[in-house]
Formats: sequence, structure tokens, C-alpha cells
Amino acid sequence: MLAYTFKRAVLALLVALTVSLACFLLVHLSTDVAVAMAGEGARAEDIEFIRKQYGFDRPLAVQYADWLGRALRGEFGDSLYFRTPVARIVWERLPVTLTLGAWAILLALALSIPLGVVAAMRPNSWLDRFTLTLAVIGQAMPSFWFALLLMLLFGVTLGWLPISGSDTQAHFVLPAVALAYYAAPAIMRLTRSGMLEVLGSDYIRTARAKGLRPAAVLFKHALRNAVVPVVALAAVQLGFMLGGSVVIETVFALNGLGYLAWEAILHNDFPVVQAIVLLIALFYIVLTFLADLANGWLDPRIRIV
Amino acid sequence: MAAVLAPDELIAPTPGALMRRRARSHLGLLAGAGVLALIVFVALAAPLLAPHDPYAQDLARRLIPPIWHDTGTWAHPLGTDMLGRDYLSRVIYGSRISLLIGFVVMLISGLIGTTLGVAAGYFGGRVDLAVTYLVTVRLALPVILVALAVVALVGSSLWLVILVLGFLKWDRFAVVMRSATMQVRGLDYVVAAQAIGCSTLRIVIGEILPNVASALVVVATLEMASAILLEAALSFLGLGVQPPLPSWGLMISEAKAYMFFSAWLITIPGGALLALVLAINLLGDGIRDVAEPEGRN
Repeated sequence: MLAYTFKRAVLALLVALTVSLACFLLVHLSTDVAVAMAGEGARAEDIEFIRKQYGFDRPLAVQYADWLGRALRGEFGDSLYFRTPVARIVWERLPVTLTLGAWAILLALALSIPLGVVAAMRPNSWLDRFTLTLAVIGQAMPSFWFALLLMLLFGVTLGWLPISGSDTQAHFVLPAVALAYYAAPAIMRLTRSGMLEVLGSDYIRTARAKGLRPAAVLFKHALRNAVVPVVALAAVQLGFMLGGSVVIETVFALNGLGYLAWEAILHNDFPVVQAIVLLIALFYIVLTFLADLANGWLDPRIRIV
Repeated sequence: MAAVLAPDELIAPTPGALMRRRARSHLGLLAGAGVLALIVFVALAAPLLAPHDPYAQDLARRLIPPIWHDTGTWAHPLGTDMLGRDYLSRVIYGSRISLLIGFVVMLISGLIGTTLGVAAGYFGGRVDLAVTYLVTVRLALPVILVALAVVALVGSSLWLVILVLGFLKWDRFAVVMRSATMQVRGLDYVVAAQAIGCSTLRIVIGEILPNVASALVVVATLEMASAILLEAALSFLGLGVQPPLPSWGLMISEAKAYMFFSAWLITIPGGALLALVLAINLLGDGIRDVAEPEGRN
């Protein structure tokens, strides 16, 4: 387990380093940062001044090393649009996105694991077909459109929930539902297929044959094994959700990282964009690392590969 | 059940005939293929089908509701938007943008992903390690954010959106093609081709690709659907296709401020998106079921 953990950690670090390079190049290859920084209608002398002042005239490799060094100390410079340190503004918005992500993944798991288990217990029953239909439609539904429909129904027609802002926990309900609906189909399908596979295996037949209660067979023997890949997928989905939060947060004007990213992107505020892309990528890397460890711990066979 | 076998069923059917028979009785596949064919037809015949010019504004006829409302008119069956443009015509022309983006993005990402995946699966070893590493890095980058950022920095246009999505979305192709290639790499016909001295390129094109084709088609459909959803999201956020082009995502974005009083402005283009993506996904799932019935659950 120790060797496995070490290998995974080294890989995660390497990936994080490559991702940071991608974040850096993403901006520097897409645009001339000095021009972006000077803003519209800047004079050529001003642009040259900024280029010298911020060291944008140095080779890219030097600039990257410099940027990475400061990023490791949590310094991302000042936001061009908000005129405050990037680290502070990102730090302020982070809790909102984490709250949203946590609600969404809990909701998705609470919905899709029971549905997946029930569907696997009675394959091809009406319930199985119904949940499968729900999953297929869920995967085809544009998330922002689903969010708008939720707003129309629960915010306007029924008037139950607030539709814009992030002041109270109630503001998180609709965005969390919208985000959860995006992840739930995949988790449900994996739970279902995992349970189907496990329920057909020999040790389940043995457990049943020796007269264990059906509930004990289902939860102690079957679900425990089927849940291994689901854990990994849930972690990965949470990572994707943080990336997808830009859409949902913008729809609901929820003041988190995603909304901040959208504002920053609209105003060419590249230091903020770089910091957010890097942060979300790091979250994803950490989450998949933890998922790998969980999988390796639950299923020793994985550790060998 | 006492079934009477038709004479041609007494002879063992060929795999192709079996596949066709499974396809004919697969409801999802038929529904998906039917709806997709209909949308493709609408996109191709858009100038003939659209009752009005999708760009023509008429400020005297703004926000007319669709025909199923009391105040609807047959002159504009799906009503008009806030600039008085005929909504039916815009929805019809919008299908062209979604299909174009979905298809070209699928081609670009499919080319990149298949090349990487087949190389990793065929050569194994260091090539495999390198490709797997690239996929891991790519998956860590949030697609929507990176696409938004690049499009904003470079300046948005239809072709830039296509290029950016094409260069971001190759990961699933690579993953699936890698494992599919690994499965056939050691099979007898590949080993035989190697033994008689075929070139690597010839083995890949002549032996590997035809035998991973069904997996490739399935990923291609799913990726096309996901590219269409991504374009809609980008356009909805204002950084995809630019006005006045009638992209369905952009139409929803433009209508957002009016949706509380004129809900059809967002339900119609959203429903069109849902129908298209659902059709493509059903087709993809159906092809998988028909091509590999044993892998279904």
C-alpha cells in the first residue's frame, strides 16, 4: 500500500506540474499579455512600458519559472479588473463553490446509488426502465437549460426558492440540484452495472445459499464491492462539477469561483483566470489521487498494476 | 412458445444478418436514428423549410407567442423573439450550427484521440505511458473554463470554438481506442500480419482499425453529442457562436431576460437541443447494443 501510495503521489505531482505549465501557456500563447493588461486604446509606449515592467519581454521559460515560483507561495499578482490581489479574491469566493460542490455530490449520490441498487435488483422491471430513461434524458439535457427550467418552476411559478444570489443556504438548493442532475446519471449507471455484476457472482450465491437475510446479502456482501468504482467516479465527478460550476453559478448569479471565472474571462482578467483554472485542476488531481487510494485500499488487486 | 421458423431462418444466419435483425428490433436505435435523420434533413433543407429569413427583424411584431397560445398566429408558428425574428426559422437554421459543430469537433478530436489511443494500445511500453500521462493531464484541465478562456483571449468565432473544442475533447477517444486496440493486438490475425512482414501502418489500417470500428463509432456519437452540449453552454455564456447567428444555446441566452413572461423563448430551443442530443445518444447506445450484444447490461 505504501509503495502504491508513493507511486500515485509522484504521478499526481508530475501531472500538477504539467497542468501548471498548461495554465501558463494557455494565456501566453492565446494573447499578448502586455496588450491585454494595458487595456483597450493603450498607446504603444504604454504597452512597451508594461512589457518591461512586468518582465513579459523575457523568454517564456524564465517567465514560467518565475510565475510558478510565486504561484507556489500563493501569489498570483493583482487582478486587472477587481484591482485586488488575486489570491484574496479567489479565497473569498472559494467557500461558495465548495458548498455548492458538496451539496451537489451528496445529492447526486443520495439519489443515484439507491436508484442504481433498486434497478439492479429487478433488471428490466418498470422501475429499472424508468430510472434508465431518466438517466438517458439527464445525460442529454443541457445543464444551463435545466437550471433555467428549475428557476421557472420553483422560483417563479411556485415561488418556493430564491433564484439568484448566494446569501442563504436556500440559494444553494436549485444550483445544487442542477449540478447534481449533471453527475447523477453516470453514477447511477455505474452503480447499476456494478451491482448486476456482483449479484451474479459465486460468493453472493453462497451467501444466499447459507441462508443469510436478503438485506445482509445486499448491503454487506454486494453493495460493499459494487461501491468501489462508484467512489472513484464520484470523486472524479466532483472534480468535473467544480469545472462545470462556471455554467451553473453564472445562471444563478451564485458568487463562487465559477462566477468569478466568468467575470474575469469577460474582462480579460487573465491572472484571475489562470489562478482559477490551476486551482480547479489541482482539486481534480487531489480528488482522483484520493479516489485511487480508496480504490487501492478497498481492492488490493488494484495496487499491483 | 411454438414459433414457426421461416425457411431462411433454418440456415444459420451470418453475423451481419444477425446484426441487422437486432437493429430492426432495437427501439432506441430506431428512434434515435429517425429523429437524427429528421434533424439532418431539416438542416440540409433549411432554406426550403424556413418560412422567413432567420435574420429579418420586425420590431412591430416582437414576442408573438407560438400557435398553441390564444394570440398565436400561423404566420409565425413558433412565435417571434424580442427583435421580431421568426422563431421557427431561427430554430431550423440553428440545427445547422449544432450539427456542424458537433460533427467537425468529433472529426478533429476523433483524429487526435484515435491516433494517440491506437498508438498507445499497439506499441504499449513507453508510448502507452506517455499517452496515458497526456490523457491524465488533459482530464485535469476543466474543459469549459479552458475553452471559455481561450475563446475570450483570442476572440470568438464559430471556427475558433470548433478548433478549441476539437483540441480539448480527444480524451475519451484515446482511452477507448487504447483499450480496444490492446484487446485485438495479440489476436492471431494481427500476429499473422506481423509474421508475414506487413508494415505497422498497414497492420493498423488493415487489421486494427476495422476491428475496433464499432467501439470507435460509439465514442464518436457520444462525443458529437457532448460537443453540441458544450457549444450550447459556451454560446449561452456569451463566448461561443456570436450574434446574430441562430445557435440554440445563444437563443436561450438572448431570451433569458424574457423567459419569465415568454417561457417558450427558452423551452423551444432547449427542447430542440435535448431532442438532438438524445437522438445521437440513443443512436450510439443502440449501435453498441447491436454490435456487441454480449457487452450490454
